[in-house]
Amino acid sequence: MSVVYSMQHRDPRDEDLIKGATGDWEIILGLEVHAQITSQAKLFSGSSTAFGAEPNTQVSLVDAALPGMLPVINRYCVEQAVKTGLGLRAQINLKSTFDRKNYFYPDLPQGYQISQFKHPIVGEGTVIIDLAGGRSVAVGIERLHMEQDAGKSVHDLSPGYSHVDLNRSGVALMEIVSKPDMRSSDEARAYVTKLRTILRYLGTCDGNMEEGSLRADVNVSVRRPGEPLGTRCEIKNVNSIRFIGQAIEYEARRQIEILEEGGSIRQETRLFDPKAGETRSMRSKEEAHDYRYFPDPDLLPLVLQQADVDRIAANLPELPDDKKARLMSDYGLSAYDATVLVGEAATADYYEAVMKSGSKKRDGKIAVNWVTGDLFGALNREGHTIEASPVTPKQLGELVDLITDGTISGRIAKDIFDSMYKTGRDPLEIVEKDGLRQVTDTGAIEAAVDAIMAANPDKVAQAKEKPALAGWFVGQVMKSTSGKANPQVVNEILARKLGISSDN
Amino acid sequence: MMSDLTKLTLAGARDALKAKEITSNELTGAYVKAMEGARGLNAYITETGDKAMEMAKASDAKLAKGEGGALEGLPLGIKDLFATKGTLTTAGSHILDGFVPPYESTVTANLWRDGAVMLGKLNNDEFAMGSSNETSYYGPVINPWRRKDSDAKLVPGGSSGGSSAAVAARLCLAATATDTGGSIRQPAAYTGTVGIKPTYGRCSRWGIIAYASSLDQAGPITRDVRDAAIMLGSMAGYDEKDSTSVDRPVPNYEAALGQSIKGLRVGIPKEYRVDGMPAEIDALWTRGIEWLKAAGAEIVDVSLPNTKYALPTYYIVAPAECSSNLARYDGVRYGLRVEGKDITDLYEKTRAAGFGPEVRRRIMIGTYVLSAGYYDAYYLKAQQVRTLIARDFANAYAKCDVLLTPTAPSAAFGIGEKTSDPLAMYLNDVFTVTVNLAGLPGISVPAGLSSDGLPLGLQLIGKTFDEETLLRAAYALEQAAEFKAEPKTWWTA
Repeated sequence: MSVVYSMQHRDPRDEDLIKGATGDWEIILGLEVHAQITSQAKLFSGSSTAFGAEPNTQVSLVDAALPGMLPVINRYCVEQAVKTGLGLRAQINLKSTFDRKNYFYPDLPQGYQISQFKHPIVGEGTVIIDLAGGRSVAVGIERLHMEQDAGKSVHDLSPGYSHVDLNRSGVALMEIVSKPDMRSSDEARAYVTKLRTILRYLGTCDGNMEEGSLRADVNVSVRRPGEPLGTRCEIKNVNSIRFIGQAIEYEARRQIEILEEGGSIRQETRLFDPKAGETRSMRSKEEAHDYRYFPDPDLLPLVLQQADVDRIAANLPELPDDKKARLMSDYGLSAYDATVLVGEAATADYYEAVMKSGSKKRDGKIAVNWVTGDLFGALNREGHTIEASPVTPKQLGELVDLITDGTISGRIAKDIFDSMYKTGRDPLEIVEKDGLRQVTDTGAIEAAVDAIMAANPDKVAQAKEKPALAGWFVGQVMKSTSGKANPQVVNEILARKLGISSDN
Repeated sequence: MMSDLTKLTLAGARDALKAKEITSNELTGAYVKAMEGARGLNAYITETGDKAMEMAKASDAKLAKGEGGALEGLPLGIKDLFATKGTLTTAGSHILDGFVPPYESTVTANLWRDGAVMLGKLNNDEFAMGSSNETSYYGPVINPWRRKDSDAKLVPGGSSGGSSAAVAARLCLAATATDTGGSIRQPAAYTGTVGIKPTYGRCSRWGIIAYASSLDQAGPITRDVRDAAIMLGSMAGYDEKDSTSVDRPVPNYEAALGQSIKGLRVGIPKEYRVDGMPAEIDALWTRGIEWLKAAGAEIVDVSLPNTKYALPTYYIVAPAECSSNLARYDGVRYGLRVEGKDITDLYEKTRAAGFGPEVRRRIMIGTYVLSAGYYDAYYLKAQQVRTLIARDFANAYAKCDVLLTPTAPSAAFGIGEKTSDPLAMYLNDVFTVTVNLAGLPGISVPAGLSSDGLPLGLQLIGKTFDEETLLRAAYALEQAAEFKAEPKTWWTA
């Protein structure tokens, strides 16, 4: 879309600037994200949208553009678009229209794509992106509109011919257009990450970039800080968050190199080649299509009732930003921990289930460390999703309780967790069966300490001189108690017997 | 006996079938025979005589049991713009070479639901673009009417020229047609038949090959007003597959006929008295006014000030929409394909070979008016004028119930007479396009003969979805005009 949008003013951060040979450069980024609407049927036909079907098995007469066929709007897709708009805290336009974007290509059977050009269903909104160090930036949303996807052209099946698969033809997409509010590849990646999280929370797009459910066109330009906007290039159809970062880094440096050599940037559409890690020219502005947009006479203006929008708003799930704020206030979490948890609704749900299961009040910080530390580690290692975790939230809560009430030591807890993950057994059962209960009986620990001191008089003498050497005794005691001795009690007894301070 | 059967009107045949005086087999057989004898008129692109006889047999079985729908056993011709399942559907274009739809248009499905019998697919201007049926890839249709003392071949009007010629020459009881700028009413006027274009949204467009989506509307061409009312009753209805079709009940149109028009306010738009209009058209219009007045109507002068912009508006909007609607004919999936060295070459060769000159002209005009830098000056402006034209009618209808105008500025002209001058050809639509631009219903009723002995029509224009009043007025006009002339059956010789 060749529209210039209003952008927010931001003072450039030094760490975002690119140091060129002749000085600093600022990158200006705006993204157009194409998100496939989660829906059983296509935008204007009843055909299935399931991924991976045999070619041309999900094609209706409308999708194949047979003569006399007419589009009928899928109301569910409209509802999904409204839901998304509300999730982006955006203006919902009660009246929007469908336009035809005309161009010839074999995977576009109608010879036009039905889109929303002049009057989109969703207007301006905001996405808060979460960056390193707990920094947040508000990225403006210019608009969201609905449109049909094209089919797929396959050029390598036979020499001399191309093949076309129309299964995707007519699938509903949302094009979400940001304002040029991003200033680094990190911000662009954080934006797509956050957008995907919001879409997944809403259930309006599965965000699956490998299957093409989410892809981005990235508009890149560079300028000297404080100067007017430079000429931009649009990198089409980048289909992973990592590639978005790489494409931006490459493209910004390419533009800077040209400008520093006294050249000028040609406005054009480019493609990112992930293998070569570079962008390549696809077509220049002069070669750009004239799409001859005009209102689709087969479709009436799309009119929504405010009551319907209100009903959708009332049934909206808790959004990531709200959830993050709530987790911070309810469980005393840091912004960082809360951000990690809300990245996937299932993770936050798991964490909350840990906190809410059982009758004991649990320490939020200990619980989050277990979830994002040991649990994440095990899930990643075993390739499990959190929904399929062998350790239930209730079990993890019980493990936290056993640590908190001193039944087990933190070190033993890690072994118990591994055992829980492997066997699915309750932590208490493992503690009892394997006799892992922490020894807090001071008599038993004193006896162990005495035995070790008696056997190592030279070490005793050294430790009395250098209290830091007391750690060796702690290790020996833990060893002789198979790690079950309460480390705090061990420290206290040792300190008393060695006549040193116990807080080292 | 057999030739007599084709003299019946649709209503007459219906009643005779119900009374078991005739069978559909006899009736349909008579039409199949008439079609075979009239191939010189080139009214049909595809004859489906065998299918017709099968359908007639099924209808006779129902009629024998006292069952059957409103059109049970009545043989009809179908304009080749309607997709018919299993039967070649061409839109009069080479580009749809060999295209046999796996689906049935909603309008024709409604007809078959009501028991009608299909005789075949009627010729039309290519993609309904034309006013004389001379742009069809399958050749021109010959009007069964000839000028007095002349055997010059005349056009049957267009784009529904096959429909009008077939009804006039008794090659079907009635025919479906479509009207984008006058394509039902003008051919009806040229052939002494009745043609009604209902309100936009009254008949489903699903399965009708699109020309200009915001203007296209289906309707019948028939022998008389009663037949038009019967046909429209079956064709009309809401269809959820067409977003522009309107969900309101279909009234019993036939019941509106014969009711008095006493007190009906008939508007006469002064702007329709155009320069260069033949005196006999003007005189016919005056006679029409007198007839309606004599039947008790009140005559009101009204003004439709933006009428002069209607033709240019139409020739921007319709080509714009057609340039997009016809993009799907690309040689990739169905119809004609001319191989090329790459995809662009394939497109260019296919479309150059598949589309005739008039279709190419309109695609180019439409592409131009939608292109960057011209959209606002042409397409947007035309849409604004369209709103003004619709407002003109709304203002007029504050003072009247229907409007009376001539249907066309002349009688049928000779084949080849206007093909070299597209603008002269476009002028044929001067009285009819306004109705499409405003989405209103309009009907043409045969009202007299020209000095050459050719039929002339008068047009009545109604309010949105007020086809009942329109048909009531048309019936009164028909009664007064007493148009009984018929073409001599020279073509069977």
